[in-house]
Amino acid sequence: MPRTLRTPAQPSPMAQPRSFVWTRRVVLTLLLLFVLTPVYVMLSSSLKNLQDVQGSFQWIPHGLTVRPYIDIWKTVPLAHYFLNSVIVSVSATAFSVIVAIFAAYGVSRYRFAGRKVFTVTVLSTQMFPGILFLLPLYLIFVNIGNSTGITLNGSRLGLIITYLTFSLPFSIWMLVGYFDSIPRDLDEAAKVDGCGPFGALFRVVVPAAIPGIVAVSVYAFMTAWGEVLFASVMTNSSTRTLAVGLREYATQNDVYWNQVMAASLVVSVPVVAGFLLLQRYLVAGLTAGAVK
Amino acid sequence: MTATAPPRRAPEAGPDSEKTAAGRRLRPRVAERLRQVGLPYLLLLPALLAELLIHIVPMVFGIVISFKNLTLFYIHHWNSAPWSGFDNYKAAIKIHQPIGQALLHSFWVTLAYTLLSVGLSWLLGTAAAILMQDTFRGRAVLRAIFLVPYALPAYAALITWTFMFQQDTGLVNHVLHDQLHVTSNKPFWLIGDNSFWAMVIVSVWKSWPFAFLALMAGLQNIPRELYEAAAMDGAGVWQQIRKITMPSLRPVNQVLVLVLFLWTFNDFNTPYVMFGQSAPHQADLISIHIYQSSFITWNFGSGSAMSVLLLLFLLLVTAVYLLVTGRKRGEADA
Repeated sequence: MPRTLRTPAQPSPMAQPRSFVWTRRVVLTLLLLFVLTPVYVMLSSSLKNLQDVQGSFQWIPHGLTVRPYIDIWKTVPLAHYFLNSVIVSVSATAFSVIVAIFAAYGVSRYRFAGRKVFTVTVLSTQMFPGILFLLPLYLIFVNIGNSTGITLNGSRLGLIITYLTFSLPFSIWMLVGYFDSIPRDLDEAAKVDGCGPFGALFRVVVPAAIPGIVAVSVYAFMTAWGEVLFASVMTNSSTRTLAVGLREYATQNDVYWNQVMAASLVVSVPVVAGFLLLQRYLVAGLTAGAVK
Repeated sequence: MTATAPPRRAPEAGPDSEKTAAGRRLRPRVAERLRQVGLPYLLLLPALLAELLIHIVPMVFGIVISFKNLTLFYIHHWNSAPWSGFDNYKAAIKIHQPIGQALLHSFWVTLAYTLLSVGLSWLLGTAAAILMQDTFRGRAVLRAIFLVPYALPAYAALITWTFMFQQDTGLVNHVLHDQLHVTSNKPFWLIGDNSFWAMVIVSVWKSWPFAFLALMAGLQNIPRELYEAAAMDGAGVWQQIRKITMPSLRPVNQVLVLVLFLWTFNDFNTPYVMFGQSAPHQADLISIHIYQSSFITWNFGSGSAMSVLLLLFLLLVTAVYLLVTGRKRGEADA
């Protein structure tokens, strides 16, 4: 797709030289090919007949069929896994965002001993290798189950609690940046009007920070929806999520690649659609939170 | 920072704290003070509890396990697993013994993988962000498309790449062998030497959009006046990029490169989805290596010791990195 240059909407400091325009065209075209090739493979292969995907790869399908989209639900209990993924991801996102809002409000609006320690500690959990606390967490869940009867291992609840902490550090960090950009006079005014600190939070700060909260929610949902490592150890056949369930197509005797691609597309649609709809919020949220 | 005061539960703080002035006068001032002090801790409590349960306690627990000989036999009563002192660590760092040798190899593979992936991702992200800084037709659409690899669930994208790398039915060999005739036969991409490169390509594809996203956000904060002033002084576009854009992006780059490094070094999804439970020797990333030595052989003590060594390494790298890049962002409290 050739992209002709138009004069920028905002007053550009100066006309761009040809070298810059050509560099832009070439580099962005190559990047576009790189990004879209797998997407094209996923889409085109999911509409191919079985013979087509079992032979040498063809760019243009010989014939289109929607059979793979019908078969995927039978080959593997995909609907069941889909439901599990939805329950786990939505719950983890809701809890994570609520917890992050409270914490970010505390860090943003109050000065207290240990404020910096808290922020650094929470952010540093990002660098822990998942594998380091996977084993102990698995054992803790097993032991909690044995001693209290609350099943966390193999249950959705265990996965929800785990996932909510995965997105928490980044969410708190982003929301602190967002809350900081909301003038304090607003909550002070609310307090003068007789709101308590929580009233100020929910009536003033949260409504003003909606874009940031949307951004954080998208991030939390994507984190939970795409997690593989913990899901592979902490789920059983009834609580399995898509991240693990999708592999079952490959454990059949011969892999029906058209079905695998169809299933991949189906599990990607909710996240990608949501992300593309809300990506401007994400960029805005990052801009407010990241560069302080 | 100085030590923290123990977080005290506020006697009462909640939606019901909307008291009238009269009611407030009746309550002693001490309680009022306590509420003021306790409130921020109350706000942080849920986050703290969640972090404690999932991150902090398991980490301490993991360090304890690494000094034990914890095998499948003790899994349900791990307290009674025998202590083994530093045996697990000794085995892990004896580089002439099988366990240590394999771990060291895995470490070098991971380091090479991380440096390549982070370097290339940063390069592509920077190039795209700078080239798309000014508006042109189709910029918004292009920006959305570039973020798709970041938005796709990792396993769905990875399984698509696995299909593309199939020896007989994959796109990569079809292009290289059938269309371009670069290779005389169809090489294997998911076993042997090529598996490392396949993994790097996929990793860059997955992580460069994140770099692009972060840098784009950073670019929006550069005041336009800077560019206008530079243009007045006769600086061309390329010079502006070198003299204004790159230096202004330094704070973003500092965080971005570190985050990418840590994520990539700990990457588990890529090898796990591409190669299954046993990665080829040439693509044996450390996280999958530890996973195998714990869950496949059920030797949790040894796996934990390796994890602790990995964490120590990452802490060291992060500390050195932050010292070298220098915390020039003179913010007394961030």
